[in-house]
Amino acid sequence: MKYLPTIGIECHVQLCTKTKLFSEVDNDAKDKEPNSCVSPVCYALPGMLPRLNGEAIKMAILAGRAMNCEINAHSRFDRKHYFYPDSPKGYQITQFYEPIIGEGFVELPSGTKVRIEHAHLEGDAGKLTHFDTYSLVDLNRVDTPLIEIVSMPDIHSAKDAHDYCKELWRLMCYAGVTNGDLYNGNMRFDVNISIAAEGAKELGTRAEVKNLNSFRSVERAVEYEIKRQSKLLDAGKKVVQETRGWNDAKGETTGQRSKEEAKDYRYMPEPDLPPINLSAEFIDEESAKLPLMPKDYREAFGGVIAEDILEILLDYPSLMQKLKEIDNKYVKSVSNLFASVLLAEEKSAEYLNDLPSAADLNELSSMNEKKELSSTATKEVFLRLFDPQMKGRGAKNIAKELGLIQENDLGALEKIVDTVLAKPETAKAQEDFKAGQEKVLGFLVGQVMKESHGKANPSVVQDILRKKLS
Amino acid sequence: MKIADKSTSAEKLVRDALEKAKKYAEYNIFTFLNEEGALKKAREIDARIKKGEKVGKLAGVPYALKDNFLSPEGETTASAHILEGFVSPITATAVAKLEAEGAIMIGRTNLDAFAHGSSTENSYFGPTLNSRDKKRVAGGSSGGSAVAVALDIVEFATGTDTGGSIRQPASFNGVYGLKPTYGCISRYGVVAMASSTDCIGFFTKTPDDMDLLMSIASGQDPKDMTTLPDYYNTDADTELSDLRPSWATGADRAPEPRNDGREGACRGSLNSSVRIGIIKDFDNESVDSDIREALKKKVELLKSKGHEIVELEMPALKYGLAAYYIIVPAEVASNLSRYDGVRYGFRSEKSDDLDALYYNTRFEGFMPENKRRIMIGNFVLSSGFYDAYFLKAAKARTMIINEYEKAFSECDFILTPVSPNPAFKLGEKVNDPVAMYLEDVMSVSLNLAGVPGLTIPAGETKDGLAVGLQLVGPRRSDKALIEFSKELA
Repeated sequence: MKYLPTIGIECHVQLCTKTKLFSEVDNDAKDKEPNSCVSPVCYALPGMLPRLNGEAIKMAILAGRAMNCEINAHSRFDRKHYFYPDSPKGYQITQFYEPIIGEGFVELPSGTKVRIEHAHLEGDAGKLTHFDTYSLVDLNRVDTPLIEIVSMPDIHSAKDAHDYCKELWRLMCYAGVTNGDLYNGNMRFDVNISIAAEGAKELGTRAEVKNLNSFRSVERAVEYEIKRQSKLLDAGKKVVQETRGWNDAKGETTGQRSKEEAKDYRYMPEPDLPPINLSAEFIDEESAKLPLMPKDYREAFGGVIAEDILEILLDYPSLMQKLKEIDNKYVKSVSNLFASVLLAEEKSAEYLNDLPSAADLNELSSMNEKKELSSTATKEVFLRLFDPQMKGRGAKNIAKELGLIQENDLGALEKIVDTVLAKPETAKAQEDFKAGQEKVLGFLVGQVMKESHGKANPSVVQDILRKKLS
Repeated sequence: MKIADKSTSAEKLVRDALEKAKKYAEYNIFTFLNEEGALKKAREIDARIKKGEKVGKLAGVPYALKDNFLSPEGETTASAHILEGFVSPITATAVAKLEAEGAIMIGRTNLDAFAHGSSTENSYFGPTLNSRDKKRVAGGSSGGSAVAVALDIVEFATGTDTGGSIRQPASFNGVYGLKPTYGCISRYGVVAMASSTDCIGFFTKTPDDMDLLMSIASGQDPKDMTTLPDYYNTDADTELSDLRPSWATGADRAPEPRNDGREGACRGSLNSSVRIGIIKDFDNESVDSDIREALKKKVELLKSKGHEIVELEMPALKYGLAAYYIIVPAEVASNLSRYDGVRYGFRSEKSDDLDALYYNTRFEGFMPENKRRIMIGNFVLSSGFYDAYFLKAAKARTMIINEYEKAFSECDFILTPVSPNPAFKLGEKVNDPVAMYLEDVMSVSLNLAGVPGLTIPAGETKDGLAVGLQLVGPRRSDKALIEFSKELA
């Protein structure tokens, strides 16, 4: 039987605020000692009260706008209760009843629109590391601001699930609200999947695969679930509503908790925080700070940069921002350098944070255009622009220092060609060429290049040789 | 109150207080006596006075601290087993403000564990005895603080009032006790009972002392987002918009607990004639006759001074107790979730796994009344019951807020009993939680509405028990309330 999968995704995004959501302690715990970024509010001393971080409100507005969402003028916080050592307060402060971000949509590169149901602010939990007979608790992550983005069930394939997550990641990175480091858990995905016979009016029973941390694992988990659920239905069995975990090594999902075992979180309004009331002016003012988004770049560069290259480069907001500064006529050549040279470099991740100036890149492109630099030399100079020793000196100076500037002066080149043609060891080749042997031209060009110490522009040399030997 | 100066040393004030504290040891007032720390501070203040340096408004004044205020002096236990051994690295904002003016904490006072109770019998350290009759309860939950002031051990004591925990023990012991407007004094560093009704306040012997303490302790605290901009020390209405958090430059306001009541005509200077409301619904036979008599006498006194008496009907107040015992346990259950034996305080020894650690620590560490409220709270918040209980109680709360607003359009202050009965006998109600809860029937509605209430001493019963009455004002009328209480002396 043929089934139509229906998929909804919840995505947690860690915001890159300076301090935590509810206290003034460092929010960047990367490479820090466990339990070193905690305040008495984080570890829930008696009598401690949450203090709301305004920067997180501003970031939530940007994140919402990046997804074309309404920003709710009125929102508030609630407590979600559960006992576990990763939650020192015994509850998570979240927005259950009145979230800050309302309805919106995300458009995938394929054109598919995925509606956003809402998104809300909440504090993250700590991290537990389990060993044979004990577990270690690290509270550094407690109260790191998160926004949880809840999509409508508008996704119907593993590919779209993958693309949606990737597009969300791009949007959040472009909006500048997250470091976007998936490996370190900056974004995590919970995927709800159900299948139903094509044409059926009602959706099937869904399973939720929790805590996926890569686009690839989202895609694979959806593929696996579609197969698993199809098999069940084909065999006349039922899909159980449950939470499942993803085993990346085995490439399969396993059942964790069924609906009957689901926790009762006993939601309650958070009495320690007043509601958030935002004026229309404030929302407008903050929304206006939203930088250009992927769709803006697609519009700007659509006809200029090849689509496949553009989609690759869109993963790197800093490259797109740089391209926006480049002279229109050089956008294509610089984008090619980015895609084929920079991203192929081992150190590209490092380089991305510190790109050469637009002026350097424009100069480089112009030299290439004027044939002052061969394409090989252009690539070489391009890479040198990232070299800590060289950068800042300018493309032209670097090219000169490296002796890479091509000789395009016809007069000078003719002299060199004459010198070469006067050499006895080229006499035979000259005769062979005149006799119609095209391939010896390469040998002659090579001799001229040698004579010019590589600076001659080979295509110009070829033209001169043809003329002289005709 | 007596403040240290060149003629009376802080050391003498503190020594006298400590001596009295020991003399009254049988009353079980203190959970900790701060002998060393208090004397050290006293000597420091004396040295500064000697040098002619400026000292604070409370220089050398000994005070008692309810044991649910965090400070590094002594263990902060909230009279609960589960916090045994907990020494706080933090000082509560209110404590810091008092100490900055030179006040000296001589001891921590007993309370119903986590302030759950109306008699101080729910303390892990046993009950505090009534200052007038040792066979009777001190009232609660701030029983220790009330008795410490009533027996003249200290000049003042701190309290917390979630449903009457300052006003009722003040009434049972014949002292002044103020529950200020919600949000007036920072709750930062005070062990939370119910966040939306908890208020920090004081016990004193005179209205002037109360005024002084309020002027010191009140004001907005960035560490407590529910605090109001300082209105106590400013004559004019503080423009709330000037104090908005910087991230919300538009419509955001400083936290307004529920509805903002009428400001009242009673801020700042008082008119010569004030309208006093009397609640008809409270004048019935379920109220002790001596208390009704005391109220009648005060009403006559006010009339004789030319004040106007207004009879009020406030039918919504009858939902107060029910709403209170839903909302407060819900917040209690939530706020007590953090006591799990993992990070501080008591941890049960016999725990082999995580669930056992939670279960045993909380089973052994909480008092029966704590557990009762945790269970009620979790029940009313359970999935499927939220609308029927918590939401309904929240609606009743709005009705009560509106009822007070309406009342304060008809009068300036309201005068009522604090509780239906004077101090009851030890053990009398301890096994009857509902009878115990009924003692709060006249006090809880103020906490739900966020309005201030001041207990004033109003004579005694035929048996010599203290009787207090409660003067209630609109939100932010605290200063006028204290001022007007002098009319009733």
